[in-house]
Amino acid sequence: MQAKRRQLSDRNIMVLFITPTMIILVLMNIYPLFYSLYLSFTEYSVISSTAPKWVGFQNYLAILSDARFWKHFAITGRYTVISVALQMLVGFSLALLIKEKFKGSGIITTLILVPMMLSPVIVGLFWRLMFNPSYGIVNYLLGFRNINTSPEWLGDPTLALWAIIIVDVWMWSPFVMLLSLAGLSAIPDYLYEAAAIDRAGPWFIFRRITMPQVMPLLLIAVLFRTIEALKQFDLVMGITGGGPGDATETVSVRLYREAFQGQFDTGSSSALAYIILIVIIAISNLYIRQLNKVREG
Amino acid sequence: MKQIFRRLLIAMVLLITSLGFAQVNELTIWWAEWDPANFLQQVANEYEAATGIKVNVVQEPWGSYFDKVAAEWAAKGDAFDMVVGDSQWIGQGVTEGHYVDMTDFLVNNGIKDTVTPATLTYYGEYDGKYYAYPTEGDANGWAYRKDLFENPDEMAAFKEKYGYDLAVPETWEQLRDIAEFFTRPDAGLYGVGVYTQVDYDAITMGFENVLFSYGADWKDADNNVLGVVNSPEAVAAAELYKELYSFAPPGTNNAFFAEMNDLFINGQAAMIMNYFAFFPALDNSEINPYRDSTGYFPMPKGPTGERYAALGGQGISINSYVSDERKQAAYDFISWFAEKDTQARWAELGGYTCNIEVLESDTFLNQTPYNAAFAETMTFVKDFWNIPEFGQLLEPSQRYLHAYIVGGEGTAQEAMDGMAFEMDEVLINAGIIKE
Repeated sequence: MQAKRRQLSDRNIMVLFITPTMIILVLMNIYPLFYSLYLSFTEYSVISSTAPKWVGFQNYLAILSDARFWKHFAITGRYTVISVALQMLVGFSLALLIKEKFKGSGIITTLILVPMMLSPVIVGLFWRLMFNPSYGIVNYLLGFRNINTSPEWLGDPTLALWAIIIVDVWMWSPFVMLLSLAGLSAIPDYLYEAAAIDRAGPWFIFRRITMPQVMPLLLIAVLFRTIEALKQFDLVMGITGGGPGDATETVSVRLYREAFQGQFDTGSSSALAYIILIVIIAISNLYIRQLNKVREG
Repeated sequence: MKQIFRRLLIAMVLLITSLGFAQVNELTIWWAEWDPANFLQQVANEYEAATGIKVNVVQEPWGSYFDKVAAEWAAKGDAFDMVVGDSQWIGQGVTEGHYVDMTDFLVNNGIKDTVTPATLTYYGEYDGKYYAYPTEGDANGWAYRKDLFENPDEMAAFKEKYGYDLAVPETWEQLRDIAEFFTRPDAGLYGVGVYTQVDYDAITMGFENVLFSYGADWKDADNNVLGVVNSPEAVAAAELYKELYSFAPPGTNNAFFAEMNDLFINGQAAMIMNYFAFFPALDNSEINPYRDSTGYFPMPKGPTGERYAALGGQGISINSYVSDERKQAAYDFISWFAEKDTQARWAELGGYTCNIEVLESDTFLNQTPYNAAFAETMTFVKDFWNIPEFGQLLEPSQRYLHAYIVGGEGTAQEAMDGMAFEMDEVLINAGIIKE
């Protein structure tokens, strides 16, 4: 028996270890990926007992020619740009403040990180209470004491998206801060010492030393946050449910409504999922190219 | 010895197998996770005591209930023998063959005539046949603060302002006046709480109480929506619902049944709409501080005297994918469950019966403070679409109503026009109407 075991070559051992992973990967990732790609070209409902019916590019054409799809993409785009930009600003500013060690800086850093450790759905529900014009703390802190004139954050189409952005910035700026801190702490001290000897001003030091050194990590933060923002679902569902009307309906919420919630239009929702995937891959590639340029530069 | 043992073993296997085919000892019912399902389990335990057949009521949270049932349907599975399904599911259950046709069973056994016609129509009927026995009757009704309504000062002030007595509203116009009268933001009191949730069907369900009572509908006899959903009556209904929302506490822009009860319990609203299934909580003094002064009333009438209430509730159907023996056992259970005594027991436990005799009995009417309003309501219920495309029809309804009523976007005419146009497209694509 032992003699037989010795006969296992390195290659066989490798195959033995890799095969279970490959099987799981194929079953859980590759197969659903290709099956959903096939479904995106069919008319099919997962809850129906009828087989998928091939319709070619009809689902894609229907989605791309639907004005509401572009409206939802515009909402998602606006949300992504504003939210990620604010997260960068707040996160990086916090990192610059926290970078210097002071008494209690450890505890403060930990406390700042707490929001990103919470469940987005719970965060959404809590903020919904805080945005409530009757008893929420947001209007109170903003100085609105008269309930008749207080803004109704979640019921006003012009404010609802901003409400979600505020929560997203509150939740994910600490992530940007964390990456920025890593970048800031990796900058060699001799660069600052040399700049000080040359009597460089703070703005010059920030622009010519700090920013270029931190930029690769900032771009990674932008990449991660952009991908997450483009997929935003849980916060929206927790705070506004996509309303008022569809004023905050991101493409992911739209996808959820089509794929589930009484509609179960699996063919069309698969096509929508692939469109979202292509957009995310395209934007990610642009970022990665930029990142590589910064690294090489 | 070996041969004897083998023969014995074969005999035992045959015996067990034949027993299994001939006799059903256990039945499974799927339902959503809520109190009525617990009451059904209690009734089912009494069935077990009487017949020896165990009935398990398996509960699934509301949020994933339809998904779970739909997945079982798609797999043509037999994980449940009976399912207590929403009225809106029936189109899909029937057209895709998931439900057993119960027409002969309900008609020949006289069960059809034991329940209110409206409940049989909306919970059980599709294309002229019956596929479910009305189990948990439910509809929208109102809870109100009697201490406010019966306060002499309030009554005098109301009469002076509106020219008629403050009382339980008989028309939607009166309800609007009362809502306006009790809206006092400085005192933290508002006139009404109405459904506004955009997620699934809440705002549509709340709105259709007004829509139907105003003489409008979701369709005409030929399933047309253009000129129906955007009729002047439907537009007037949307305007009234928006007006009611303006008398609701700020922040109720995404509110459903839980929020309605909360508003009432917190003393924020003089009246709230809600499904009767959620009124038991208001009859509990540990939950509702106004319990002793809480009254209930059915939906008021529209301008022409018509009145309707949005239907909730569910009917019990038999899974077409189980064996004939199990189907028969399910029929036997439903037959027992439909008996008057069982229905009386069902109502006593807290279930909302649809049995006419029980609904009209003094025992039922006096059992809770809301049963009288419930019994009255179950004679004028009406529902949204129940065809397989109901989800696609619901989506524009939710979106346009929420945008207009909560978001204040556009006019009622624009909202109803947009909704009618999109619903028309869905129906044309589904082949239900022609272009």
